[in-house]
Amino acid sequence: MARPLPFKIAVVSSVLFIVCTNFVCCNNGRKVGDVMDTEFSGFSVPLEHSFEVDDVAKFRVRGALVLKAGREPSVSLTQSQLSEEDRTKLKDVAAVDGLYRVRVPRVFLQADRQTERQMEGYLTAFVRACAMVESHLSDVISLHTDVSGYLIGVSIVTLPGACRGTEVEDEVDLEVFNTTLSIMAPVNAPGPETALFLERMEMESEKKGKNPQEQKSFFAKYWYLILGGAIFLMVTNSAQPPAGGGREQS
Amino acid sequence: AMARLIWLCLKCIMLYSTVQAVFEDQVGKFDWRQQYVGKVRFSHFDSHVQSSKKVLVATENNVFASLNTRTGELFWRHVDKTGPEGNIDALLQHGQDAVLVVGNGRLLRSWEINIGGLNWEIVLDSGSFQSACLVGQQDTVKHVAVLKKTIISLHYLSNGHQKWIENLPESETVDYQAVYSGGNGEVYALGVVPHSHIAIVAYSLEDGEIIKQVIQMYTPWLSNIQASCSVIDQGVLTCVDSATVSLYMLDLHLQSQMTQIPLQLYVQAFLKKDDSVGYRVIVQTEDHTLTFIQQPGRVMWTREEALSDVVTMEMVDLPLTGTQAELEGEFGKKADGLMSMVLKRLSSQLILLQAWIAHLWKLFYDARKPRSQVKNDVTIENLSRDEFNLQKMMVMVTASGKLFGIDSKTGSILWRHYLNNIPSNPAFKLMVQRTTAHFPHPPQCTLLIKDKDTGLATLHVFNPIFGKKSHISPPPLPQPILQSLILPLMDQDYAKVLLLVDDQYKVSAFPSTKNVLQQLQEMASSIFFYLIDSSQGRLSGYRLRTDLSTELIWEVVVPTEVQRIVSVKGKRPNEHVHSQGRVMGDRSVLYKYLNPNLLAVVLESTDLHQERSFVGILLIDGVTGRIIHEAVQRKARGPVHVVHSENWVVYEYWSTKSRRNEFSVIELYEGMELYNSTVFSSLDRPHAPQVLQQSYIFPSSISTMEATLTEKGITSRHLLIGLPSGGILSLPKMFLDPRRPEIVTEQSREENLIPYAPELLIRTEWFINYNQTVSRVRGIYTAPSGLESTCLVVAYGLDIYQTRVYPSKQFDVLKDDYDYMLISSVLLALFFATMISKRLAEVKLLNRAWR
Repeated sequence: MARPLPFKIAVVSSVLFIVCTNFVCCNNGRKVGDVMDTEFSGFSVPLEHSFEVDDVAKFRVRGALVLKAGREPSVSLTQSQLSEEDRTKLKDVAAVDGLYRVRVPRVFLQADRQTERQMEGYLTAFVRACAMVESHLSDVISLHTDVSGYLIGVSIVTLPGACRGTEVEDEVDLEVFNTTLSIMAPVNAPGPETALFLERMEMESEKKGKNPQEQKSFFAKYWYLILGGAIFLMVTNSAQPPAGGGREQS
Repeated sequence: AMARLIWLCLKCIMLYSTVQAVFEDQVGKFDWRQQYVGKVRFSHFDSHVQSSKKVLVATENNVFASLNTRTGELFWRHVDKTGPEGNIDALLQHGQDAVLVVGNGRLLRSWEINIGGLNWEIVLDSGSFQSACLVGQQDTVKHVAVLKKTIISLHYLSNGHQKWIENLPESETVDYQAVYSGGNGEVYALGVVPHSHIAIVAYSLEDGEIIKQVIQMYTPWLSNIQASCSVIDQGVLTCVDSATVSLYMLDLHLQSQMTQIPLQLYVQAFLKKDDSVGYRVIVQTEDHTLTFIQQPGRVMWTREEALSDVVTMEMVDLPLTGTQAELEGEFGKKADGLMSMVLKRLSSQLILLQAWIAHLWKLFYDARKPRSQVKNDVTIENLSRDEFNLQKMMVMVTASGKLFGIDSKTGSILWRHYLNNIPSNPAFKLMVQRTTAHFPHPPQCTLLIKDKDTGLATLHVFNPIFGKKSHISPPPLPQPILQSLILPLMDQDYAKVLLLVDDQYKVSAFPSTKNVLQQLQEMASSIFFYLIDSSQGRLSGYRLRTDLSTELIWEVVVPTEVQRIVSVKGKRPNEHVHSQGRVMGDRSVLYKYLNPNLLAVVLESTDLHQERSFVGILLIDGVTGRIIHEAVQRKARGPVHVVHSENWVVYEYWSTKSRRNEFSVIELYEGMELYNSTVFSSLDRPHAPQVLQQSYIFPSSISTMEATLTEKGITSRHLLIGLPSGGILSLPKMFLDPRRPEIVTEQSREENLIPYAPELLIRTEWFINYNQTVSRVRGIYTAPSGLESTCLVVAYGLDIYQTRVYPSKQFDVLKDDYDYMLISSVLLALFFATMISKRLAEVKLLNRAWR
């Protein structure tokens, strides 16, 4: 039941991702705007990240998420490359098994006005920095909303997720983020399926009605088995006095 | 007729193969029940017959019961509705009748006290109840007077019919609190204007006319007549002023001036009720123990009514016997020379032999005595683990702050310990730090007592087998505690480490020896914990740093305007899962998503409108904060009961759309291949699991729910459901399986999946407590035993019920009535037959050779 939606999202986000990477290629500007309205009724919030050797979080802007509200909310991301300095730092953090954290501000997608969208506080998530390095910055970020469209959580995983201690060529592999992005609303849990069950019951009873062979009584069909069973029972009963019913423990 | 007979036979055979209930001869063999009444509010000795053995009690748990004064057992008991609806306001007794006012003056009931039958019940006029009394002389009581905020009414004792009802004068200003009648044709309503004066109104018994109305002098000290006054000896109102330590008396008939008598007062706070004769006393102490004292100093019986309000419990394995421990101790000690070791071994073998002979002798001795006389008294001295670890120590924590150690086999209380510094609004968490497996170190339990208002907590460390307070002094906890967690780490004395997180997000460890701190430093980067602030809807994850401070690593915020966090359920740490996956119809394997850090968070909407209300389920990884799954059940509302185990979550809710209770099950699977089959790490599971969900209709509301637990997790699981009717239902988990197919195929049949049916039926043979109703079940505790097939179950509420369940039947135990004679005789016969036939064959061969 849950399959079509994430699938669709995956398709949408992969398309967006291609768009993004293209965009990234031609976008050299480091500056990514704060919250701003975009033309297609979406709006943008910053995606921030932090990786420090001493593990005290210092968040800096990594890119801008463009969220589009509506029945099926969508999200896209524009992000810049990692600088030379950041690359070495990320490797240093990975060496001491530090964390790579991301955060997004809490927002309300369904609000019309800018002021209503922004809420206090952030949603944070983390992944081990070494996993980030070894996966060559291939991460999967998903944003989760609640029923009414509030952003409630963000999660980040890398693909592959493990830290095996493999060496990474920084110049080639740690420049561009390879991000798969999705936004997920809660799945509607199914209720009891009464209608289908009743339909099936009806069909079965109809089938029985059509087929007179089936309508033969139980005895008519299996009289020989019953007789055999009865004889067997009688024989065993006469051979052995029956033990009390209560002793027949299951 | 013959056909019918055969049909019956067949039916019987079929039934035999499916029945899984208790048989009559097994009743009470593995299970026991204890019934309680709760904290007593009113009590009355039945004194109308000299030889009566009854005492009537009405309690704060809305129970009305009759106790045997000789033994303390219940004659009968009536459990009314919970909450204010069933609240017992007054208990009056006259002869064979007991009159009760129930539900803040809503109902007037009369009970027959010998058998506990209801004589009559009437509905009273609305109004807040104040007081009630019997009207008449000692033997000629015919009426009951009921005083409410604004009215007074008189009822016949025989049938409850109302004789008259009158308004009270000046009821806006005067607070009428008591009613009294000496039986001389007048009924007095006593009221007070707080800090001003007393008002007394006298009504005629016949028609309710006001005869006299008196406003009495200045009584500024008096605000509550019920608490500080009583009418004694033919209408003399006696009041106590505790501020000036004075006694005031007033004759109701003459209405003379109130006289003041100064006196010294000594009030024994715990004395609940004293019989007028003074020979029999029933005492309720503040630990809710009901003690019956016949003559000075002679305690007839005690009832531990604190057990009617169990908050949490644990089951602890019993220790090995002294001889077994002796053997074990041998390995623990350091070797000191060959000779002494040999001697030691010999001596312990001798002790074992001695114990065995003693055991044989006892068996022989007992066998000669008739069955009924053999008593297996369990005392704290002869406690020891049995072969299959079926007998355990139940450590129960009650709301009054009294701890109990109960033998799970018999239900006898082996130790009790009252903690007298319990805050008024406490939360308890009981943890087993060291089990009995580490002889000679004693087992150790730690109880965390937290004041819900201030968050300040204290620790009580004790030995769960003997109940004694440990000599280890727990650390002082000056800061409010947010979270506590037991780590699998152990110190050098095999005590698991308890971590406490205070409101500064600083972590303290108990025990905090050097060894522990060193281990913590090494492990710090892999110790994660979560905190939940339901008032702000904030779930946050922290990681431990080497200096025992913490760092925030993830945060999920659920907006409180829309929904609130109702409950969070993790998995039980002692749970084992035997099989990693499920074999499908086509022989491929579907692997389970077994994340030990998964949390099931239940959300309920703040909007309770039946169209817009919903219940949300969030599955969050407790280490990374990753939302694994998010589902919402629309048009549903709580109370939600959740069980979270293995790779599934089962929850129950009320569907506002269809107006019925529904069950829903979520199962998580990794898919056809495992990501990493050797170890599970939350940090390295990039793929989200497959989620399957299905819902069912359940024909009853439920009180509580728990899953069975066995030692190795091979046995199939059942859900134990406490119903409001007092039954405990053991529902096989296989009925709650989202893979139940709607259309039966060859593959699903191969997998033994039950075809989907929207309704879960309650089958009577699923009740594990047959006719032993457990009133107001609040919790069910399950514990594994040494037998894989057997799970120990304790249901607690007003009553306590202990039993065993066998979810996959007793596959590892021979039946009680197993025929050892038959099998051994068959074996012997076979043996001899082979011997003889061998001999015969030899003879035959020899003969042939000769020929």
